[in-house]
Amino acid sequence: MSGEARDAVLGRLRRALGRGPRTPDELRRKLLARLAAPQPVLIPARGNLELEGRIRLFIAQANAVQTEVLRVGRYADLPDAAVDYLRRSSLPLQLVMATDPLLRRADWAATLLEIRHGRPEDRDPVGLTTAFAGIAETGTLMLLSSPETPTTLAFLPEISIIVLPAVRVLRAYEDGLRALREERGAMPRSVNFVTGPSRSGDIEQTIQLGAHGPRRLLVLLVDELPDGSPQPDA
Amino acid sequence: MSPPADRPRVALFVTCLVDLFRPSVGFAAVKLLEDAGCTVEVPAGQSCCGQPAYNQGDRADTVEIARRTIEVLSGYDFVVVPSGSCAGMLRKHYPELFPAGSDDAARAREVAERTFELISFLTDVRGITGFEASLPARITYHDSCAGLRELGVKQQPRRLLESVRGLELRELPGAEICCGFGGTFCVKYPAISTRMVDDKVTDIEATGAELVLAGDLGCLMNMAGRLKRVGSKVEARHVAEVLAGMTEEPPIGGPAA
Amino acid sequence: MEATSLSFKENARRAMGDETLQKALGFARTGFQDKRAAAAARLPEFDDLRDAAKAIKDHTLEHLDVYLEIFEQRVIEQGGKVHWARDAAEARAIILRLCKGAGARSVTKSKSMISEEIGLNEALEAQKIRCVETDLGEYIVQLAGETPSHILAPAIHMTKDRVSALFAEAHGTAPVDEPEALLAEARHALRQRYFEADVGITGANFLIAETGSVVLVTNEGNAELTQGLPRMHIALASIEKVVPTLEEACVLLRVLARSATGQEFSAYTTLLTGPKRPADLDGPTSFHVVLLDNGRGGMLGTEFQDILRCIRCGACMNHCPVYLATGGHAYGWVYPGPMGAVLTPSFIGIEKAHHLPNASTFCGRCEQVCPMRIPLPKMMRHWREEQFKRKLSPATGRYGLKLWAFAAKRPALYHLGAKVAIGLLCLLGGKRGRFRRLPLASGWTGSRDFPAPQGSTFQAQWRARRDRR
Repeated sequence: MSGEARDAVLGRLRRALGRGPRTPDELRRKLLARLAAPQPVLIPARGNLELEGRIRLFIAQANAVQTEVLRVGRYADLPDAAVDYLRRSSLPLQLVMATDPLLRRADWAATLLEIRHGRPEDRDPVGLTTAFAGIAETGTLMLLSSPETPTTLAFLPEISIIVLPAVRVLRAYEDGLRALREERGAMPRSVNFVTGPSRSGDIEQTIQLGAHGPRRLLVLLVDELPDGSPQPDA
Repeated sequence: MSPPADRPRVALFVTCLVDLFRPSVGFAAVKLLEDAGCTVEVPAGQSCCGQPAYNQGDRADTVEIARRTIEVLSGYDFVVVPSGSCAGMLRKHYPELFPAGSDDAARAREVAERTFELISFLTDVRGITGFEASLPARITYHDSCAGLRELGVKQQPRRLLESVRGLELRELPGAEICCGFGGTFCVKYPAISTRMVDDKVTDIEATGAELVLAGDLGCLMNMAGRLKRVGSKVEARHVAEVLAGMTEEPPIGGPAA
Repeated sequence: MEATSLSFKENARRAMGDETLQKALGFARTGFQDKRAAAAARLPEFDDLRDAAKAIKDHTLEHLDVYLEIFEQRVIEQGGKVHWARDAAEARAIILRLCKGAGARSVTKSKSMISEEIGLNEALEAQKIRCVETDLGEYIVQLAGETPSHILAPAIHMTKDRVSALFAEAHGTAPVDEPEALLAEARHALRQRYFEADVGITGANFLIAETGSVVLVTNEGNAELTQGLPRMHIALASIEKVVPTLEEACVLLRVLARSATGQEFSAYTTLLTGPKRPADLDGPTSFHVVLLDNGRGGMLGTEFQDILRCIRCGACMNHCPVYLATGGHAYGWVYPGPMGAVLTPSFIGIEKAHHLPNASTFCGRCEQVCPMRIPLPKMMRHWREEQFKRKLSPATGRYGLKLWAFAAKRPALYHLGAKVAIGLLCLLGGKRGRFRRLPLASGWTGSRDFPAPQGSTFQAQWRARRDRR
């Protein structure tokens, strides 16, 4: 069934494009080669800055779309920063959290936080996970699905907290995609580019936050480098 | 402001609307071109640029009309048109009517390259920065779609109007929004067209201007027609008439009641 | 979806008298236009990106067959399945088969204009499969039993009060007034549906050949919950959605967000590749892509090929004075505004859709703002040519045109005819300088005075002056 439809659809395209009944191998090889070496076409100059400049741009762009950003020096500072944020916002001190090894650098048990790990449920008010990268150009977070970072952590709870290593604030989406290819090799089930909390303008054209995804988004930006050393003073 | 030394031979393509309904625009164009140092001829045998046929999907008639028009307009230094839409037809659409590489296409391109809308010809080709004219009036200016989007006519009429003594130009909000003429559109879809011209009339009246100007007679007849029907005091003229100091003629649709 | 495009004029008249709709369209006019302009101004590379986007799509269309095959291969390699549908009926059948095979009783959907095109919701409901729209605007429209009136803002024609009444009835709650409360109510109601759904059906903004990925763009996050919670994810996409690489998709995504809503980037841009991985804690266990032709193949290689570049941003309709006067429902089918005027005749035939490409002044604003540089007026003109060739326009118009063209080709006849007609009009017009009524011109004089001619024609006067010299 689908085979017949497939042949018909592709056949019509080939006729329209002036090709024979089968795709020439030569053409297929040429296009596969083109796909194997993806080239960015035109990247806006906006994000062409040194790391600290990119971080400043990221924060400004993120704030412009109602993403809050808090910067901490070390992973060990995260639990207190989270507690502080939740208290200030009158939110419950409950977290469902990713099992990313980066997060184990902090002592979460030493706070009053009630912590679960893994896949969130509807009752979990706050989800905390880690980002693969940040995109300075538009204050965007790049999240990858994995056993340690289930996607729903950033989508089901009403409050989303994303931990982002400052050194991972990149210029543009293309840099994130290149890093994905180089570091992971294969695409995960989901790559999410998140730019601000969930929003809708569908009721009388007024923009409101929290349509289905999170109503609030907090980024905890950590200066500490992957090898554990602090960021040099910038 | 003295005209350049050369005296180019300009063919005036007067357009059917001007020819039939408001010859004073044609004479204003002639005056402006002569003041700009051109020799103006009005080639006999011109009728219509073919837009009505073109926009109704009658390709065959369009091509024939175009061929004749190209023939009639060939051999001049410039072809100048007191209408953005007709100039756009000649300049942008004529070359596309003929098969690429054909003699017809080459001739069409020849004429197209020398064809200009009147106001932008005066400023961009003849380097005119102003005319000796005066009109103490509050005016506003509507940007006709084809002139604006096909030919880039925007600042030129405003620059020339600045030179008219006593004239106060008030920018029209939504100047670039279509007035609802669109050739046969206005009679085929009159309810929508009236809605669009009503919006335009509202915008015009909001400026407090006494006079609305534009570079296309179709737009002007449409706007004047509605202004009159709703009892507005605002009058309408072609911008060429004001620049040429030829405002003794009644405005389009007659004087305000 | 049943088309009412033949009733465009009546639809439009009714729409223009609908105060609620007009108020909503007024919001849209300033909202969308100003935001787009501001976003374009903030990005110096915007126009270059539009040119790059056009080039990417043109290249893709020239090789669409190969890229679709590669896309399919990659999806299969990742553990997904690809199904091909020639037309709406085949697409519906495939989706029904998949849903039934999964034992689905309830399905959530994120916004898909293709699903409107194929009439999917009705087909699911007919098979007793509950189908819930999750995009807030689509949800509202679904509750009202209506169809979307704008491709981005489906409920743009509805007031808050109407939404409040719909929610109260559907949710069995007391009516609430504040937009925040309405949103909270919708969020709560739909949350349950997300968890109940056996299958999640989404559209696709783009299909990436390089990786076999489906790209979904939303602001609400409803697509993520639609595809991420149920066991099965079905992505329904038309064949021209393919883009070769992830990087090239980024070009398109940059112009899409800015052209649509004036955002720097939509809140959620998601790339989905295959089903969940074995160790993942969430995600669907099966992933299906349904590729739909439904006439697109027939546009390739024709004068309508350029419309296949459309990325459904909505900028054209947001800037169209006709759309902004009539709203989307007047167009009578799935796609409104200028892009709808070009596409609809391809789907339902020019006989039924002829008003759409004709109800345009060719002002050119649509083409001016289109991020993909689609020459929309030119393609509307092609439809008028098609109509003319097949003699589908009303006879009076055609004969009038023939008469005009006949004269226009014969200068002597033209001058004579003009002289007579103008002379007659001058006699009738008298001193007032205008006509309130003119026979054969009621389309004009119904609402406008008709300016009287000045006297003899310009050419006659010119000749006379020249002869006097």
